[in-house]
Amino acid sequence: MSRIKGTFAALAGRRAALIPFITGGDPTPSATVPLMHALVRAGADIIEIGMPFSDPMADGPAIQMAHQRALAAGTTTRMIIDLVAAFRRDDAHTPVVLMGYVNPVETMGYGVFAMACAKAGVDGVLLVDMPPEEAAEWRAQAQRAGVDTIFLLSPTTSMERLAVIAAASTGFLYYVALKGVTGASHLNIAEVAQRLAAMRRHVALPVGVGFGIRDAVSAAEVGRFADAVIVGSAIVEKIAAGGSVETMIAGVEAFVRDVRAALTRDGDLPR
Amino acid sequence: MSYEQPDERGHFGPYGGRFVAETLMGPLADLERAYHEARRDPAFQAELAQDLRDYVGRPSPLYLAERLTAQAGGARIYLKREDLNHTGAHKVNNTIGQALLARRMGKKRLIAETGAGQHGVATATVAARLGLSCVIYMGAEDIARQAPNVRRMRLLGAEVVSVTLGSQTLKDAMNEAMRDWATTVDETFYVIGTVSGPHPYPAMVRDFQAVIGQEARQQFLEREGRLPQALVACVGGGSNAIGLFHAFLNDAEVALYGVEAAGKGLASGRHAAPLTAGSGRGVLHGARSYLMFDEDGQIRDTHSISAGLDYPGVGPEHAWLKDSGRAQYVAVDDDAALAAFHALTRLEGILPALESSHALAYAQILAARLGRDAALIVNLSGRGDKDVETVAAHEGGRACRA
Ligand SMILES: Cc1ncc(COP(=O)(O)O)c(C=O)c1O
Repeated sequence: MSRIKGTFAALAGRRAALIPFITGGDPTPSATVPLMHALVRAGADIIEIGMPFSDPMADGPAIQMAHQRALAAGTTTRMIIDLVAAFRRDDAHTPVVLMGYVNPVETMGYGVFAMACAKAGVDGVLLVDMPPEEAAEWRAQAQRAGVDTIFLLSPTTSMERLAVIAAASTGFLYYVALKGVTGASHLNIAEVAQRLAAMRRHVALPVGVGFGIRDAVSAAEVGRFADAVIVGSAIVEKIAAGGSVETMIAGVEAFVRDVRAALTRDGDLPR
Repeated sequence: MSYEQPDERGHFGPYGGRFVAETLMGPLADLERAYHEARRDPAFQAELAQDLRDYVGRPSPLYLAERLTAQAGGARIYLKREDLNHTGAHKVNNTIGQALLARRMGKKRLIAETGAGQHGVATATVAARLGLSCVIYMGAEDIARQAPNVRRMRLLGAEVVSVTLGSQTLKDAMNEAMRDWATTVDETFYVIGTVSGPHPYPAMVRDFQAVIGQEARQQFLEREGRLPQALVACVGGGSNAIGLFHAFLNDAEVALYGVEAAGKGLASGRHAAPLTAGSGRGVLHGARSYLMFDEDGQIRDTHSISAGLDYPGVGPEHAWLKDSGRAQYVAVDDDAALAAFHALTRLEGILPALESSHALAYAQILAARLGRDAALIVNLSGRGDKDVETVAAHEGGRACRA
């Protein structure tokens, strides 16, 4: 069983998985592996690492600036894969998902990228600006390498497209909870719950929910009906706050621990 | 052979397509459907034709530039006078079409990206006319160098948002417009200003701009009784070039030249010429095309004296026309464009946009090469009033004293 599958299987019926997001190389490449271990200590079930891109069109200001910091620090796509390999030396258990944009991956080559991911211990990849319709070659290469291909669902996804996306996805599906970019805060929990329920009738894979989950309260609320809760900008803002690397990591760890505690507390609520 | 591009998924060979986040896939499908229906609706076409005539002032003249021809010493140089359109550039052909479509779709708000400000002005103009609200995204650097157009947009009632992240030019304005659209899809229509972006934009914008070449072909035939040897147009995203080229694609004897911005010179790396000196194929802003990026796939900063050409990508149809050999792409640097700007101003009494000046510079070289029996058409895509300050600043006031 893949690490992602195993993680969701172990949590099924108990509580939502917690998936924190950080941008790889932010603020510097040397901070990333310590941050990843801190996320695990705080209770992360899966870790999502953003691959920096010069033009992150689906991201709001917080993650845009994280991408800029990472690129300014010399981070490359190849380096992100190496950072995951370094993380794997001390953690063989926690699934790692990379999230990024098409151009750097296409520049490396889908086959080369997928093989490098597999070798480094990357479990899944989500390319934000690559819908399944354009993903034939990427999917073939990822499948050959044994890397999960995660695709997005959104409030504008029709039921017909849902079937196409579900068929192309492995690992889990990522539901973008609101119309907008990362870091937005106009989340309507009741609406998300309703849409997710409708979608679930058509998909067998676990569905994670992200975009707009900013704190323990919103995480717990979404955790009542989602298989996973993805928290990004709120964490990235803590990284941006500056100070020494140790203080920054401690701040991130405390925040994620809080979110995780809220999920666990609500774990035995009806799901 | 007849030309049928793109395919039903928006691909021009390996180029084009729809590379956007999931939130925009549904709205793009809606737009495609609405456009498809509008195209076939005689009432829509009639209203568009009437607006192009009575509001834009079409057909735009085809003007024989005799003194420019004499100076170049060769082929007769005709100018397709898109600078005479209402708002001063070809951009309005497209914004009229998209605004009518927006109204048809019940959208109350228009957004657009702009570089030179011409597309922003053209969008703000149609928004004012149809009573729609309007937000224009513009890079901070472009706001500084195209100040007259910023003032025009604000007078027209548009909100101009300064984009301060990234390179602060057209590419970043487009990122920000896409983010806005993803957030406000229900009420907003995104008016893309060139033949790039996700399907159906490249095909739709081309169709709205194709009127340029349809007119020019007929005007030239009436005047000369044959077809021209060549067409020349500047290429930023490529909409004025596609607009001129399209009616001639099946005329194999007509050579097509797209002129990119060589900035400080192709060798300097400080240019905006993805087709002539780019990094090959890449994906940006929703489509695969030629693109400028580094070895890690990060989009490179560009440079051109003209804000409207200062863009690292190019419409996918141009990538396809290049690979197929149907069109050729060359690049002209800042200095040559400035020289052409002055030449047209002093010889013909026409101030061209700096974008169009790139096409003029290459046309002079080409005219000399083709010889006196030949004739060519240059797309004079816009007027240069917006660039007077840039030219003066670049030349330390020389332009004003001369
Ligand atoms: C007058 C003029 N010509 C050309 C361009 C370049 O755009 P395109 O290549 O889409 O025609 C612009 C863009 O702002 C423009 O204002």
